[in-house]
Amino acid sequence: MSLLELENVTLKFGGLTAVDNLSFSVEQGEVFAIVGPNGAGKSTVFNLISRFYTPVNGKIRFDGHDLLKEKASSVANFGVARTFQNIELFEHATVLENLLVGRHRHRGSNFLTELFFTPSVRKQELQNRHFVEEVIDFLDLQAYREKRIAGLPYGVRKVVEVARALATDPKLLLLDEPASGLSVEETTDMRWWIDEIRRQMGITVLMVEHDMGLVSGVSDRVLAMADGARLALGTPSEVQSDPAVIEAYLGKAS
Amino acid sequence: MRIIFKTDYMQDLRPWKDGYQLSLYLILIALAVAAPFLIDVFFLGELTNVLIWALAGLGLMVLTGHTGQASLGHAAFLAMGCYANIILMEAGVPFMLAFPLAGIITGIVGMIVAIPALRLHGIYLAIATLAMSILVDDIIVLTDHWTGGVGGKFAPPVNVFGFMIDRWGTPTAFYYLTLGVTILVTLGYINLLRAPLGRSFIAVRDSEVSAQAMGIDVSRSKAISFGVSCAITGLAGALMGLFAGAFNNETFSVVISIQLLMMIVIGGLGSIHGAFFGAIVIGFLPQFLSISKEWVGALFGGSNVAIPGLEFGIFGVILIVFILFEPMGIYGRWLKIRTWFELFPFYRKDMFKRQKSYLKTERLR
Ligand SMILES: Nc1ncnc2c1ncn2[C@@H]1O[C@H](COP(=O)(O)OP(=O)(O)OP(=O)(O)O)[C@@H](O)[C@H]1O
Ligand SMILES: [Mg+2]
Repeated sequence: MSLLELENVTLKFGGLTAVDNLSFSVEQGEVFAIVGPNGAGKSTVFNLISRFYTPVNGKIRFDGHDLLKEKASSVANFGVARTFQNIELFEHATVLENLLVGRHRHRGSNFLTELFFTPSVRKQELQNRHFVEEVIDFLDLQAYREKRIAGLPYGVRKVVEVARALATDPKLLLLDEPASGLSVEETTDMRWWIDEIRRQMGITVLMVEHDMGLVSGVSDRVLAMADGARLALGTPSEVQSDPAVIEAYLGKAS
Repeated sequence: MRIIFKTDYMQDLRPWKDGYQLSLYLILIALAVAAPFLIDVFFLGELTNVLIWALAGLGLMVLTGHTGQASLGHAAFLAMGCYANIILMEAGVPFMLAFPLAGIITGIVGMIVAIPALRLHGIYLAIATLAMSILVDDIIVLTDHWTGGVGGKFAPPVNVFGFMIDRWGTPTAFYYLTLGVTILVTLGYINLLRAPLGRSFIAVRDSEVSAQAMGIDVSRSKAISFGVSCAITGLAGALMGLFAGAFNNETFSVVISIQLLMMIVIGGLGSIHGAFFGAIVIGFLPQFLSISKEWVGALFGGSNVAIPGLEFGIFGVILIVFILFEPMGIYGRWLKIRTWFELFPFYRKDMFKRQKSYLKTERLR
């Protein structure tokens, strides 16, 4: 059984069909990329998986659960973490606090135990802290640990967002344009990290990315979309040489 | 400059950064405990008043400063706490039980109020809570059977561990009662902030979509925040009633709601310190106002002309000055001054400037 399955999913914004009868599945342990021109509906697919939107029809299954039966805040509890195309960090909190929010789904404490900060809460917080510290080490964020997000450069914020997603200890990581706006060196780092996330941590990655170098470098399979529908699906080289894809990107060669 | 070397994770879990900071807080608490021996009865009363305002400020800080939900209706919860406490005591419930119950009742009412308020954001929420504050004012008048209506009620002396305490007869004991409650609430607040619940408040404040994506139930966090906020405010209201001695519907008018919100903005949103700094400003405002009244009076020739609305005028000006020049409030200013001294002479003017984001966020909502 695939880890994530979308089946005939359709979503409309008024008259606009943002996702059009789309089906694909992501296998455990792979890096799966979605490409397509602007407005193709890639981010909308992520927002559907996150349950921010409800499709008019179709099914979304993750790890045996029917996601459409769940509310948005439950999706993370199944082990789905994500980043946002436009970076949605907790601006007025520090990097450390941002990552600790990622641990929320592992909360075993309740209001009263937290109010008195009982030994069990203390223990849980130490464990959270320990986990988060490993993520900080992995993504080289030590220098920014105590800094507020509001003062950080763009490239660092992108990494912090990935770190926050990893802090949830996910099974599936959704990355919405992880390399957009990054310099060449930062993109190289990102590429290495995505590789490691899959290889070392065993986390399945679903990413949207425009940078074809990065896509063909790290992904096992690629889905090309246009106008909400599937154009092609296959290995990076298959998709890149697909006539329909070339046409969508370059326009009709008349 | 102090550089803090961290060697274990406990250092981040403790409420203080290092021994230096801990000793500062301990000195502050020692001074607060010694206050009755250091200052006269009049100033002790002022200090008690400041502490009660700080407590109310802590209540609103939970909701507005940490969860990002503006409320212009917190006087209603002050009133609820105050009346609940007195009515319970009149029904024969001892103060030691009536007081926490007043907090809990107000907290539960706050959570119920939160249900319709959850759909509202920003200015709409502020308007809705403002309306509620006006409504509660009317309800107090209408239910005069319980509340005494416009005639109001008198606060009896209260029994704490066998000591009879009232504001005029035993000002020192009343001060210690207030100090004790304020310290306990502050400690609880600190605990919540270093635990998942407090972090979920901050997450909801800064980005609801990513809070959701992290598994935080936004509605639930907001409702709990309302509950905690109103419970603390209820406790402050109960103390306020006892401190005033007599109160009626006007004691907790909309003006108090506005003053409370201004207070935490001036003190510094999103920090526990801010509630205390703001309370100090509010507490000493009357003195400041009487001085400026003379000054303004002299300016217009007359010596002691009563200028209607002067208090609010000056208050408004202070608020506008803060919003324009120091949006982080007094606490923010304090951080800057401290950094200036710590880094001397290397402080740069733009050190606290916010970096502009490069992408315009196209939020999901
Ligand atoms: N909340 C919304 N309301 C209405 N229309 C929307 C909304 N979100 C997206 N759309 C529209 O749906 C279409 C798909 O948008 P989407 O953001 O998924 O594109 P994308 O493939 O991620 O593009 P990009 O590469 O620019 O990020 C676009 O035409 C967009 O204008
Ligand atoms: Mg997009």
